[in-house]
Amino acid sequence: MRDNILNVKDLNVWYRDFQALKDVNIDVLSNKVTALIGPSGCGKSTMLRCINRMNDLIPDAKIEGEINFDGENINSNHLDPIYVRSKIGMVFQKPNPFPKSIFDNVAFGLRINGFKGSIEDEVEKSLKKAALWEDVKDRLKDGALELSGGQQQRLCIARTLAVNPQVMLMDEPASALDPIATLAIEELIRELSSEVSIVIVTHNMQQAARISHRTAFFMVDENRCGYMVEEGETNQIFTDPHDERTESYITGRFS
Amino acid sequence: MENNIFHRNIKRRQNVGKLFYIILLLFSLIGLIGLSALLIQILRDGLPYLSTNIIFNYPSRHIDQAGLKSALFGTLWILSLTALISLPIGMGAAIYLEEFAKKNWITNFIEINIGNLAGVPSIVYGLLGLTIFVELLGLGRVVLAGALTMTLLILPIIILSTRESIKAVPNSYREAALALGATKWQMVKRVVLPIAFPGFLTGAILAMSRAIGESAPMIAISALVYITFIPSHAMDRFTVLPIQIFNWISRPQAEFAGLAAAGIIVLLTVLLLMNAVAVYFRNRYQVKSNE
Repeated sequence: MRDNILNVKDLNVWYRDFQALKDVNIDVLSNKVTALIGPSGCGKSTMLRCINRMNDLIPDAKIEGEINFDGENINSNHLDPIYVRSKIGMVFQKPNPFPKSIFDNVAFGLRINGFKGSIEDEVEKSLKKAALWEDVKDRLKDGALELSGGQQQRLCIARTLAVNPQVMLMDEPASALDPIATLAIEELIRELSSEVSIVIVTHNMQQAARISHRTAFFMVDENRCGYMVEEGETNQIFTDPHDERTESYITGRFS
Repeated sequence: MENNIFHRNIKRRQNVGKLFYIILLLFSLIGLIGLSALLIQILRDGLPYLSTNIIFNYPSRHIDQAGLKSALFGTLWILSLTALISLPIGMGAAIYLEEFAKKNWITNFIEINIGNLAGVPSIVYGLLGLTIFVELLGLGRVVLAGALTMTLLILPIIILSTRESIKAVPNSYREAALALGATKWQMVKRVVLPIAFPGFLTGAILAMSRAIGESAPMIAISALVYITFIPSHAMDRFTVLPIQIFNWISRPQAEFAGLAAAGIIVLLTVLLLMNAVAVYFRNRYQVKSNE
């Protein structure tokens, strides 16, 4: 049996009457980067937001199927979404550090989750993991919004890591950044995968090819409902896809 | 060839733009001119009568001894008590409606009616206060009854403005907090409220400015002008500045009109001081935002 941290079984998502995602089955492997790729509106982000129950915030969302994590089904009512989110972190498309100091941003998750150790040490550790410590160690009290876009996104990653999640979900984390900051984030993602499992949504296929170990390709049907076409080793998906739709997409025949 | 299709008329379009610039500038100056005229008039009439006497003396029918000490302290009492009661209730209601309440027909109904209440004439609140607080609850014509009546009057304003400042907090901050495992209350307390706080103060300024100038509801419930003591507790009788000013202005002697103008200067000073404090705090807590 493969060492998977998440196992998604027959996932279906509706927003009111509109089905957004159909019959998704996928395993997410421990300490690997899994990329979700596919055209706009194919349900990649919806998929991501199911994993940490962020879809609960949308009033008319209905989610069926299992998302097994740590022996429990995330998608069942007896598991508190607050607990799920503290174990499965999320980094958003647009850097969204709080308008607080750099320190307070990273300490936020520690404080709300009742962290008992030294907050200072943990903040330093998280900033180091996110490769931001050297940039900010002398100005931890400065406002987070004074940082550049790339630094802000690394701060958001540090903030997520501080809570010590087992899985980190990333929703196009580099799409609002310039090419240099993007490369830095990509490098960071690759490094971090040694200690946290990462699921990343990206529009950028080169990015998926560069950073991910495994890739899942999603498409959207004529009813605008998303579904997964295939999933496998990134290398195999990009060089020898089983499905011709995957091949058309990655060779750029449609987008 | 191209010129046959486009009639660019840049000169004309620029002139239309300039014309509207001037029209809009004039419109905005009207308010400013009106306000300046009012202030100059008041200062001219009132300054000769402004003295320490008027602040430290109680009302009197002798012009040289007449003051508004009781009304000034009555106003300060009413304002403080009103703020103490209305700000927590108004902000609480706004936070509930904005962050916690499910959007359904009941909350819609509440929303529409809060909007309606903001437009109800103040005398109606005065009569309501008279009926409920003074008569039914038997409080009498006291500071507490006045403050409660004022609270009814300005609650809709506080709720509406607080909701606006909560709405202005970008959703991305809420998502960030929740994704870190925050409960809804933790998110509200640690992220939303600090960001919305400067906006709360703006709303509070608006509401308290409304309260300080209102005379109709106070006339309805207090109806007292001649008071020669300072309220020492919430169950004391009282009067307020607008009533004192109204009383002076309705007297036949011309000198009392001057006193009234001096009273208005005192009222405006209290208002400006209050606003200055709020603006100071607002600027201090103003946070930069990415949005």
